[in-house]
Amino acid sequence: MKKGSTRGRTLLIAAVLLPLGALFVYVMMNSGPFAPVSVTVTEVRDREISPALYGIGVVDSRAVHRIGATSPGRLLRLDVHVGERVSAGQTLGAMDPVDMKERIEAQTAAVRRLKSVVAAAGARVSETAARKEYAETQAHRYENLLKTKAVSVEAADAKRQERLVTAAAWSSARADAEAARAELARSEADLKALLARKDELVLVSPVDGLVASREAEPGSTVVAGQTVLQVVDTEALWISVRFDQASASGLGAGLPADIVLRSRPDEIFPGSILRIEPLADAVTEELLAKAVFEKNPSVLPPLGELAEVTVRLPALPEGPVVPDASLQRFNGRIGVWTMENGSIAFRPVTVGRRDLNGFVRILEGLSGGERVVVYSMKALTPRSRVKVVERLGGDDA
Amino acid sequence: MISLAGRDILHSWGKFVLTGMGLGLLIGVTLTMGGVYRGMVDDAKVLLDNSGADLWVVQRETLGPYAESSSIYDDAWRSVSGMPGVETAANVTYLTTQIRRGGEDVRAMVVGVSPGVPGAPGQPGYLIAGRHIARSHYEAVADEATGFRTGDSIRIRRNSYTVVGLTRRMVSSGGDPMVFIPLKDAQEAQFLKDNDSILQQRRRTAANPSLNRPGVPGLLDGVIASQSGNPYVNAVLVRLLPGADPEGTAEHIRRWMRLEVYTREQMEEILLGKLIATSSKQIGMFLVILAIVSAAIVAFIIYTLTLGKIREIAVLKLIGTRNRTIVGMILQQALALGILGFLIGKISATFWAPIFPKYVLLEVRDAVTGLVAVIVMCVLSSLLAIRVAMKVDPAEAIG
Repeated sequence: MKKGSTRGRTLLIAAVLLPLGALFVYVMMNSGPFAPVSVTVTEVRDREISPALYGIGVVDSRAVHRIGATSPGRLLRLDVHVGERVSAGQTLGAMDPVDMKERIEAQTAAVRRLKSVVAAAGARVSETAARKEYAETQAHRYENLLKTKAVSVEAADAKRQERLVTAAAWSSARADAEAARAELARSEADLKALLARKDELVLVSPVDGLVASREAEPGSTVVAGQTVLQVVDTEALWISVRFDQASASGLGAGLPADIVLRSRPDEIFPGSILRIEPLADAVTEELLAKAVFEKNPSVLPPLGELAEVTVRLPALPEGPVVPDASLQRFNGRIGVWTMENGSIAFRPVTVGRRDLNGFVRILEGLSGGERVVVYSMKALTPRSRVKVVERLGGDDA
Repeated sequence: MISLAGRDILHSWGKFVLTGMGLGLLIGVTLTMGGVYRGMVDDAKVLLDNSGADLWVVQRETLGPYAESSSIYDDAWRSVSGMPGVETAANVTYLTTQIRRGGEDVRAMVVGVSPGVPGAPGQPGYLIAGRHIARSHYEAVADEATGFRTGDSIRIRRNSYTVVGLTRRMVSSGGDPMVFIPLKDAQEAQFLKDNDSILQQRRRTAANPSLNRPGVPGLLDGVIASQSGNPYVNAVLVRLLPGADPEGTAEHIRRWMRLEVYTREQMEEILLGKLIATSSKQIGMFLVILAIVSAAIVAFIIYTLTLGKIREIAVLKLIGTRNRTIVGMILQQALALGILGFLIGKISATFWAPIFPKYVLLEVRDAVTGLVAVIVMCVLSSLLAIRVAMKVDPAEAIG
């Protein structure tokens, strides 16, 4: 009986110890350095990918008209408010003319005075002409009388001198009249200039558009050239978009683009790239481009709103493609881990273009049909034991 | 010959197994504590491994970017790229912040990397789901420890980012999971103030008469634009050409670019010797005390187990059992108990290690050390017990 009991106890303790030992072996093989690395694999397939470029921009108007005073002064009035539509030629406001009216009046009076001066000078020319004519006649007469010795030489000389003096007086009067006319012309021109300056004090819209900002209020003093109102042409919208230089190869004018406004993230507006700016931004390392809507949104976006622009590039011809998660770096080279007969090997590859869905075209190193590791629970080495699983979790897709 | 030890264990197997389990849990706790310590050190090392860099170029006279804050101009990488021995250089920013996930906060380190070919310095080396960052804005690759899944949206400061990929074991030296976002967004996230502060700053600037002069239109706009720009990054990660001398290149950059450069060894020294030095010492101290206490408890248990059998040993002596047989019995029992305890300890530590919020690294080396220590402790404590057993007077059996 005692023996049976001992055997029972031996069995019992073995029943505890054996599973414990087995569990220990299992634990050692499935955790720590001896554990296999779970990986997922995929087959390299030939397919075409459509690379795309992604940039961020702001909604902008093609032309922003900054309207302001051409000379320093005080703003008298503004007739329009932000958001109002204006038409070409419409008066938007005016600068304070200060003494403009008085200066015009003074100039008008000066013109009037100069007109009288011109008239007086004309009369003086007539008078001297008459004197000159009489003196000439007299001189001629005395000349004849001197031949008959009817008058003295002295009297004849006096008449000749009189003729010369009146001729000089006539020339002088003519010159004075000319000067007066020139003075009048100058004064009239001054008056015209003042009138033109008066017109300049009125702020006029050069285009049909929308008042985008009002940067000074009546009463403020503005310097010459300072913007008072901004008028934008809302029909001509474009997006000033910036692309990272490192990932902008293939960007060109005319490419189709999808535009998403930040305030309407669920709506995609078709558009295209209008031009690439010849000057890139050297500080931010970005290329600048202009994108336009195919058709303006029915509700126009405010200028300055952020927009995401995705440019679709022409599809590349078919070739081996892998997910970018399968590209790894090992021993200083970029490559993929290929899976053959349950073991893995590193194969360096040359990487081509990638699309925005994370697929990469392989130029060299893979020919299609290989099985490559995509995701792994650890960084891989050629000695890693791997276990292929369907997915590693964390992925809803 | 029958095994005396085996017979004795069979005789009181319940007591033996329960004592072994208690001992095992204690050993498990000690192993786990060792794992916590190793995990802490590993977090620091994995940060350096994952950055994929050979050199870290940071602000002069700082220990950045991990141990101290550092900021350098974001175009410094261009000059660094031209230095001899440099294969690639990439900007990087680090920002530890709280990220909202559902109703709760997740502490995470937001890393700004230049989107590009996977494998570039700073980029995560491998993924467990999704893909790498492809767009230059508003995409994120998060560590699985953040709890995000692909397709989720993360809000960091003003922008929200779509999680496109998941990583594993991408942590900061403090064990916070990383979230990778494009560099330009990260620069913004790091230095951009909230809208209220921006408005206040604009108002302040506008109120400053020397910056808002009526005679100089446009000056205020220019000043505000210069205030809201951010041309800084925290560090430039450098990968060297194969065979290049790290210290030589580092010295070159230090000398000619007037920036601080750390090599891998120096960075490890900074992280382990400075950044986590006190906290790892703290854990280390606790580990030492725990190991001593565990050893003492193992010794006491075996000692008292033997003392409990002192009467039986006296009987054995009385019937003329040789001393060697008695010593063997005590020693074998102690070793069996120790090994049982170790098995249970190792298994339990392995099972509860993943539940810990921070990484617990159970190394084989530590397990072997633990096993040796347990065996040594068992032998030592059984020697004490053997001394008592040898001294026992056979008369006690009848006494």
